[in-house]
Amino acid sequence: MPVHEKDLPPVTLESGIEVKPVYGPEDIADLDLEHTIGEPGEYPFTRGIHPYMYRYRPWTMRQYTGFATPHETNERFRFLIEHGQNALNVAFDLPTQMGLDSDDVLAEGEVGRVGMAVDTLKDMEVAFKDIPIDKISVSLTVNAVTPVILAMYLTTAEKYGVPRQRVRGTTQNDILKEYIGRGAWIFPVEPSLRMTGDTLEFCATEAPNYYPVSVCGYHIRESGATPAQEIAYAYCIAKAYIQEVVKRGLRVDDFAGRISFNFNIFGNLWEQVAKFRAGRRLWAKLMKEEFGAKDPRTMQMKMIAGGGGSGLTIEEPENNIVRGAYYALIAALSGTQTSALCCYDEAYTIPTPKAQLISLRTMQILADEMGLCDTADPLAGSYYMERLTAEMEKRIITEMQQVDEEWGGVVKAVSEGLIQQKVARQAYEYERKLQSGEIVKVGMNKYRIEAEEETIPEVELHPYRSEAREEQLQRLAQVKQERDPVGVESALNEVRDVCHRGQNVMPAMMRAVQAYCSLGEIIGVMKDVFGEFDEPVRF
Amino acid sequence: MTPRHPLRVLISKPGLDGHDKGAKVVAHALRNAGCEVIYTGLHKTIDQIVEAALQEDVDIIGLSILSGAHLELTQKLMQRLKEESMDDVIVLVGGNIPHHDRPKLLELGASAVFPTASPLEEIVNFVQGVTPR
Repeated sequence: MPVHEKDLPPVTLESGIEVKPVYGPEDIADLDLEHTIGEPGEYPFTRGIHPYMYRYRPWTMRQYTGFATPHETNERFRFLIEHGQNALNVAFDLPTQMGLDSDDVLAEGEVGRVGMAVDTLKDMEVAFKDIPIDKISVSLTVNAVTPVILAMYLTTAEKYGVPRQRVRGTTQNDILKEYIGRGAWIFPVEPSLRMTGDTLEFCATEAPNYYPVSVCGYHIRESGATPAQEIAYAYCIAKAYIQEVVKRGLRVDDFAGRISFNFNIFGNLWEQVAKFRAGRRLWAKLMKEEFGAKDPRTMQMKMIAGGGGSGLTIEEPENNIVRGAYYALIAALSGTQTSALCCYDEAYTIPTPKAQLISLRTMQILADEMGLCDTADPLAGSYYMERLTAEMEKRIITEMQQVDEEWGGVVKAVSEGLIQQKVARQAYEYERKLQSGEIVKVGMNKYRIEAEEETIPEVELHPYRSEAREEQLQRLAQVKQERDPVGVESALNEVRDVCHRGQNVMPAMMRAVQAYCSLGEIIGVMKDVFGEFDEPVRF
Repeated sequence: MTPRHPLRVLISKPGLDGHDKGAKVVAHALRNAGCEVIYTGLHKTIDQIVEAALQEDVDIIGLSILSGAHLELTQKLMQRLKEESMDDVIVLVGGNIPHHDRPKLLELGASAVFPTASPLEEIVNFVQGVTPR
């Protein structure tokens, strides 16, 4: 009996686009592909930001890493580098991310738990000992504390023979997304935005190879945003940072080319690839038309794409290895510059070396065995992919318009909790659909095997060492004993002064870390001046 | 059996962990099920949570912890509740709880543990079964 289209189940993507069962030439006839997608390496960069993409050089692989003391993290860095990883992505513990020293009462139980503890410059020096930072780029996942940690890293690099003019790497340094999802904020919005501008302004002249900001759609997506909203809100945030610097008199081509992005991958494969192609095209247009960029490098949307935590399950964790492979494939098909995967034990704990190695091998196999590096943007010209890319671009624009026209701009929307509320509601709807089976998750709500007590997976857990705190406290006490107390006081006073006067904080930060002021001491002074963020509690 | 008045639930985020999606999803589910839900927001100390529980006169405190510090934080909460003579408040713990920590949390005095991916229905049913104070 012949099957009719009306008998087929409907398919609607998360971003709201309906999918036909078959696409053909008529679906892209109106698109004028030659002009709308262009060539790889050419405006508007739909097909990729470089002419030959991975044929010239595969994407960078950098697994998120860090735990306990700087020494142990250093060992794990070397393990990954020995196994072929060519860049680092550093995880810091929560006290460090929140600007607290390891001896702070609020840090109890948290030192070295989700990342490496850093209290002073000494810890950075230990962490990066014998790491070839002149050859590999280092990404530091810090946000509110970026001015201090960036100063520590630049100083450490200098000590190890890499002058700041040559340092390569990035700080995440995206505070606006912290207020939406991730939650590692300290200060109120206004001084935080200003200090983001400070780091961009400082690096524009002092560290011109450094990427001081990585705008994260990733966490906004984790918090419940659709793929289209992920790009839209990230772009609104990136624009806010750019505007903060442009109003100081810098030209957009002086700095905006070194803002990169961090995006999430989970869900429908085609929607994700279309999201990135549309995102690249839209960013190029935004930079050129709204900001008057002249340098093509300013128009290129550079990203790390991967993850994606929300796609993984606690049930049957080995399935997450497979999911990771598909997410890596999406990243490669999407023309990402860098990729990293959540490991299969994501739902349990921070990854073991075995779990991290599997993720690394996943990407290496894709690059070396499967032909993903042979040709740029292989899906170009596909009826489905080009139609979907065009539709995604429209959706992203609509979502950006809501922020700017309905909510009064992203800074206001974030300060008042409007974005937070919207994504939280969507997260609830998504969870409800997961639990009802409307959204399918293999092993969780489809083909589920009820685990007997004895068969609950023995996932090898990364052990937490509470002794790490003791070691940190010892090192901190030693640093405090050996440093010059007059120098410390003078440096902290300078930090206080520049914060009061609204001047660029970075020079004072450099001096403060070099005087071995602790992170907690510096942030403490800043809290005195700026106060703390008052969360608009919404759900 | 329907409660005489809506149950009052405090959903809280103790410590430094900033992952609030789960807490907000559970808050939604409980509100939709007829509870009065108060959400504390992030970065609360145990003292602040106990204070809020007292002020809001809640029947249930939910702790949401994804950083792994659940044993320390639960222990602290139970101790403070005892000191404040609030032993009759029901304590639920959710988040990234390894299987082998579940009995430890129950031993500390938590009434129920709802780790990642706990069915919302299960949480709602448990809460609705609680007798108001």
